[in-house]
Formats: sequence, structure tokens, C-alpha cells
Amino acid sequence: MDPKPMTTKERLAIPRQAMPAQDPKERIHNFREVNLGYTPELAQQEAMRCIQCKDPVCIKGCPVNIKIDRFIKLVAEGNFLGAAKKIKEDNVLPAICGRVCPQEDQCEKVCVLTKKYTPVAIGNLERFVADYEREQGKIELPDVKPASGKKVAVIGSGPAGLSCANDLARLGHSVTVFEALHELGGVLMYGIPEFRLPKDIVKTEIEGMKKLGVKFVTNTVVGRSVTIDELMGEEHFDAIFIGVGAGLPWFMGIPGENLLGVYSANEFLTRVNLMKAYDFPRSDTPVFDCRGKNVAVFGGGNTAMDAVRTAKRLGAEHAYIVYRRSEAEMPARAEEIHNAKEEGIEFLLLMNPVEFTGNEEQWLTGVKCIRMELGEPDESGRRKPVPVKGSEFLLPVDMAVISIGNGSNPLIRQTTPDIEVSKRDTIVVDINTMATSKEAVYAGGDIVTGGATVILAMGAGRTAARAIHEKLTGTAPNFNEW
Amino acid sequence: MYNIVSAIFLAENIKKIEIKAPRIAKKRKAGQFVMIRVSENGERIPLTIADSDPEKGTVTIIVQGMGKSTIELNGKEAGETIHDIVGPLGTPSHIEKFGTAVSIGGGVGTAIAYPTAVALKKAGNYVITINGARTKDLVILENEMKAVSDEAYITTDDGSYGFHGFVTQKLQELIDSGRTIDYVLAIGPIPMMRAVAEVTRPYGIPTVVSLNPVMVDGTGMCGGCRVTVENEIRFACVDGPEFDAHKVDFKNLSDRNRMYLGEERQSSETASHKCRIGHQQ
Ligand SMILES: Cc1cc2nc3c(=O)[nH]c(=O)nc-3n(C[C@H](O)[C@H](O)[C@H](O)COP(=O)(O)OP(=O)(O)OC[C@H]3O[C@@H](n4cnc5c(N)ncnc54)[C@H](O)[C@@H]3O)c2cc1C
Ligand code: SF4
Ligand code: FES
Repeated sequence: MDPKPMTTKERLAIPRQAMPAQDPKERIHNFREVNLGYTPELAQQEAMRCIQCKDPVCIKGCPVNIKIDRFIKLVAEGNFLGAAKKIKEDNVLPAICGRVCPQEDQCEKVCVLTKKYTPVAIGNLERFVADYEREQGKIELPDVKPASGKKVAVIGSGPAGLSCANDLARLGHSVTVFEALHELGGVLMYGIPEFRLPKDIVKTEIEGMKKLGVKFVTNTVVGRSVTIDELMGEEHFDAIFIGVGAGLPWFMGIPGENLLGVYSANEFLTRVNLMKAYDFPRSDTPVFDCRGKNVAVFGGGNTAMDAVRTAKRLGAEHAYIVYRRSEAEMPARAEEIHNAKEEGIEFLLLMNPVEFTGNEEQWLTGVKCIRMELGEPDESGRRKPVPVKGSEFLLPVDMAVISIGNGSNPLIRQTTPDIEVSKRDTIVVDINTMATSKEAVYAGGDIVTGGATVILAMGAGRTAARAIHEKLTGTAPNFNEW
Repeated sequence: MYNIVSAIFLAENIKKIEIKAPRIAKKRKAGQFVMIRVSENGERIPLTIADSDPEKGTVTIIVQGMGKSTIELNGKEAGETIHDIVGPLGTPSHIEKFGTAVSIGGGVGTAIAYPTAVALKKAGNYVITINGARTKDLVILENEMKAVSDEAYITTDDGSYGFHGFVTQKLQELIDSGRTIDYVLAIGPIPMMRAVAEVTRPYGIPTVVSLNPVMVDGTGMCGGCRVTVENEIRFACVDGPEFDAHKVDFKNLSDRNRMYLGEERQSSETASHKCRIGHQQ
């Protein structure tokens, strides 16, 4: 007989189950994942906290509308594989999103429990379910529709490109993904560090897509190695999806930025993650030797947190975040800020660099900063930081990482001028279809939005896949049947 | 994996390697480069495309063994493979009919200057080439250069071949002889490029140099290759590698290129140590 269903009151009495994690003292000496994941017991316990709302507002908080209440119900019932299937109807990369989505700004923000209690740990559950499925070796190869005879090229293998490629392959189209780097995965591989997103997870997802028939061509820079017009002409692709990300790091334009020891976050993280500089000299690519040094990272986003925590793991004595607003305005995931603090990262808030200083040999020795105070809200709605006169001071640092965002790479727009771009050089699309101004060319992810999130990029990939399928076959796909 | 079709030494430590890469061979233009990763744990290193054969689908690079990666690359023979090659990268050389164009190459810079010299000749320029080497044995591409030049000069630092002296002295001689020079391209070690820029500056001769900062991705994503041109940050892999020599901050470039000297030494030492162990076996 089924046990008596729990009452809402009983559910509300269960505390939010904490995510087991590596001890901070230990983890700052390794690159292994910080979070260890729920056990099945913890997951079921957490899932029981969900009161199964009649109007599950959490779904509306999710950019791709995962059927959250239903997958959580399946977790509570112990049907973990069923839960994984349910999530995958809406999200092809749950193991990744469960780890990197800013849940506190999305589903968990609107969860009805948030106001009076703490939200259901939706992200932790998503992660658990996806990991369970993978670790059981139970990832089912989804059905693939009969071949349509249509060819689609996807440019870029980040989350936008991967989700678009995955959907189109399942809909029966022949999909080729062109990637500029030697490794697939975009920011998931070269940006987000192993301690937050193990690379094996990304690789497993990509292997799965290969099994679906997606072809991957690395070392191909579209715009240089081949142009979009050539892909559509000589190479006979029927449609193109552009998911090239926001890959042109901004610098601050202050004196001393070219001193030795000053990096963009992209360069620092690429050296360490993609090129495995943490393993130098076994791996050939070096990076600044942080051991015993002071490192400052400028910015307050996920990239900044990743960079500063990477520096700490590489042995930095002091690793600072220097951010010009206050903690409340930091765009990074709350969990990463929390983890960074646990790891001894020092937060210098309401401070802005004005100049880097160096020695005779042009090595960085310090950064002159000025204190800021919050003024009136700016166009982003956040209170604008204004410098406090005469408050400059010198922070001695040996390495600096600039993490203030990215512009868009010029290669595609220079070589395909008939794709309309905005003043910020992002690609202009119809948000319902992701269609660009060029016939049969679609775009999504950071190249459209500017630096945003993994889930938004994935959602855009799916929207584009739907529109491409409709264009190529005249019928709308039904992803809910999956 | 990409196949090496042929590999021959042009001089001691300088090897010409032809690699199968059809897309790159078809697209590349003078002045562009490739990024190569020799092996699984290798660095991504930029190398200028010296030549290509679209029919055969091959590109040719000329490599001087200096650091671990280039030494490893130079150890490769025909029939072997390299892990990755991507390109063509960078903005192609700006080619037009300038009139009299002087192409200056120093050391392996000669190999980098060669394709642009070919393009300048094709565009109808009167092409003068000056190629410098430390000594006679290190002179490369002499016949190839002669074939595309209306006048070809070789200089050696020790006087063992050709003109005794630096490329800049030869250039100064040409200028002093009163002939009109409409365009100068200089590619080689930073001090050489900087010296050429100073020779042509007083005469206002348009001068272009090809810069070689440290690179990682070569696609504009990391900013590691940033150089200062007219006090502005430019990314050599996308905006360059060729820039107006009179506007480049050479000091900043040579400073930044020192960033990993220590690590490079360490890396080469481990590599040569491994070689020695290999020999003993
Ligand atoms: C360090 C870091 C940490 C982050 N942390 C988080 C997080 O915790 N949570 C979150 O939601 N978001 C995070 N983000 C943001 C998130 O990663 C991006 O919003 C997302 O990856 C965008 O996906 P995309 O597919 O548009 O582009 P990308 O992931 O940037 O992928 C683009 C791909 O296209 C390739 N490419 C570029 N140009 C060409 C070309 N011309 N030809 C062929 N290929 C090309 C690139 O090499 C790359 O592989 C983080 C970003 C960074 C940098
Ligand atoms: S809003 Fe919260 S409690 Fe309600 S269904 Fe969603 S996760 Fe469960
Ligand atoms: S090498 Fe990375 S931007 Fe040029």
C-alpha cells in the first residue's frame, strides 16, 4: 500500500537540503568539482518539500519552461530516470544547467516557498537527476525522425549551437557544427572551470550528439576558413545557425593595461582550462605563476568569480575581487559568491581601478584604485557608482585579470555584411524565430544578447531549430512528444 | 590530425613543412597565418603561411626551431601528422600597385615576407628584396626571392655572403642613391623591424611590419596578442598581423614578448632532457 501522502504542513517542515561540498580548505588546492551532488536520499527529501502548486509559477521563471513540478514529483517518487526524461523534454543539457544556471534569479526566485521559507532547490535536483541518469549509464538515445534530406550548418559549439544541432538532428536533418577552436563546447570548455563544471560532463553530452548523427568539424573559423555564403553556395547548406558567442574581451582603457601580468579573463581562463596551463610543464602552455603572489580580478560576474577562484587554486596568496558596485549588484550566481568567500577570496567592493603600475622591467606591481559610492540608478536600474574624490590608494598586486565583459567578434559581420547588426555589433534577430536579416540564416546566444547565460543561449538554439525545421519542411515540430 | 606531405631543412634548424589542409589552402592570402598545435598537450603557435597549393590542398610553413613547440614541429617528417591546424587567420596584406616596393626579411622573417613579395610583384610593382641573415648558412629562399624580385639583395651580419652589414644599411643605401621608394615591408626580429621603421620615418615612406606577439586562440577571443598602435589597443590576430610601422609601439611588444621567457626555458629544458633520455635508450 502507498504510504499516506504528506500534508503541505509536513512538507513545509522539511528544511532545504544543503548541497554536500568539498571542504574549502581542501578544495583551494585542487581543481576537482566543489559540489559533490545530492545522494538519492537527499534528493528525495528535497523533492518532498515541493508542495506541487496548482499554478506552478516556477515554470514561468525558467527560461525554457522545464516542467519543474512534474519532474520534482517523479524525484519524490524515486523515479529518477523518469524525472530525467521529463526535464529533457525542455532542456537538452540538464547536467550543465543544474550546475551553472542562476536559479536564484529564475525558477527559485519565484518558487512560492521563497517568500516565507526557502525555495525548493530546483537546480540541485536538476543536477542530481541528470547525473543519476549519466552515472547509471542509462542515457537513452532519443528517437531520430527519418532523414529529411536537408543540410544545416551550425557555427559555434557553445550551448546555443549544441542545443540547436541536437534538436535539428533529432528532427531528421543533416547537421554539421563548425567550431573555431580545437575543442568543442564553447565557454563550457574554455571558460567555466573544471571545479564548477567537470569537462567530462560536457564531453559526454557531445558524444551523445555524435551518436545522433551530428557531425563536428573543429579548427574551422567561419569568416576566415570559409564564409557563410560559401557554406550556402558551394557547400549546399539549406540553413545556417550562428552561435558564435560574445568573444571579444573588453579592456578598461586605463594606463598600464599592457604591463606584463595583466590578462583578460578570457585569456587567463583559456590558458588554464582549454590549454591546461595548471599542468605546466606537462602541458606546454604556461600561465603566470601565481604561487605566493597577489592577484586582483576586476568585475563581479561569473567570469570574475571563476578567474579569482582559479588564481587561488594556482596558489595565489591574496586573491581579490575588485568591483565598482556593491555585492547586491554583482551579476554572479549567489552560490559562486558564497563559495568564493568560503575559499578566502577577498572582496574589495565599491572600488574602481584607475591605473596599473609596473617596475622597470614592465612587470605589474600594483593597481591604483579609487573608492566609489552608489548614486542614482542608471539605465540598467542598478545604482550608478560614482568616484569619491581624493580616495585613491595603491593595492600591491603581481597579476591582474580584467573581467568586465565582451564585445562581439567582427569576423562574421565583416565577411557577411548583409547580416544586420545592432549598434553594439550584436546580430539583430526576430526573437520568435531567431531569423536574421539574411535569408535562411538564424542566430542565437551571446552573439545576439551580448554576454548572458547558458540557459538563454540554449533556449535560443531551440527556438531557432524550431523555426529552421518549419522553414525546411513546412511543419512545426512538437518537442513535447520527445 | 593533419598529414605532413613533405618536410625538408632549408638551413640548419629551419625547416619547410607542407601540410594537407584543403580549406586553408583554398582561402589563404598573402600575409595570413595558421595556428598549429603539434601534439595533444601542445601550445597553439602562430606560423605564417609561406605558400599554398590549392590544387594539392596543402599549405607550407617555414619553421625555425626555437622553443619547445617549434623544435618538436621541426622533428616531424613527411608522413607524420600534427594534431591541429586552423586558418587562414589575420587580415591579408594590403596589396596594390605602389610603384617601387621593398620587401625586407630578417632571418625566418624572409619566409614570412616571401608570399607578400610574390603578391606585390603580381600587382605590378617593381620589387626589391633585401634578405638578411646572420651568416651564409642561414640564408633561406634565395632562389625563390630572386625569382620574384626585380632586384634582390642578401645581407649577412658577418659578411660571409652578399652585402656585409644589416638590412637597414642596405635600405639606407638605396634611399641615399636617390631612387623613389613607395612602399616598404619589413618582417623579422623586433629590433630589425623597429630599425627599419626609423630608417624610413624621416622620408615618410609608407612602411608595414608584421608583428609576432604571443597568441593563444588567434581568433580575437583572448586579447593576449594585443599590441599598441597609435596608443590604441589592437588585436594582432584579427586587426593584424600587419600594421603601420611608424605607429607601432615596439617597446611594448618586445616587453610583452618576454612574459613567458622563464617558462619557455623550463619547457625546452624538459623537452631536451627527454630527448637525451631517448638517445640513451
Ligand atoms: C568564465 C565564464 C563563466 C560563466 N559562467 C556562467 C554561469 O555560471 N551560468 C551561466 O548561465 N552562464 C555563464 N556564463 C555565460 C555563458 O557561458 C554564455 O552566456 C554562453 O556560453 C553563451 O553560449 P553561446 O553558445 O552563445 O556562445 P559560446 O559558449 O561563447 O560558444 C561560441 C562558440 O563559437 C565558437 N566560434 C566563435 N566564432 C566562431 C567562428 N567564426 N567560426 C566558428 N566558431 C566560432 C567559439 O570558439 C565558441 O566555441 C559564463 C561565461 C564565462 C566566460
Ligand atoms: S513553485 Fe516551488 S513549490 Fe511550487 S511547484 Fe514550483 S518548485 Fe514546487
Ligand atoms: S590570440 Fe587571442 S585574441 Fe589574438
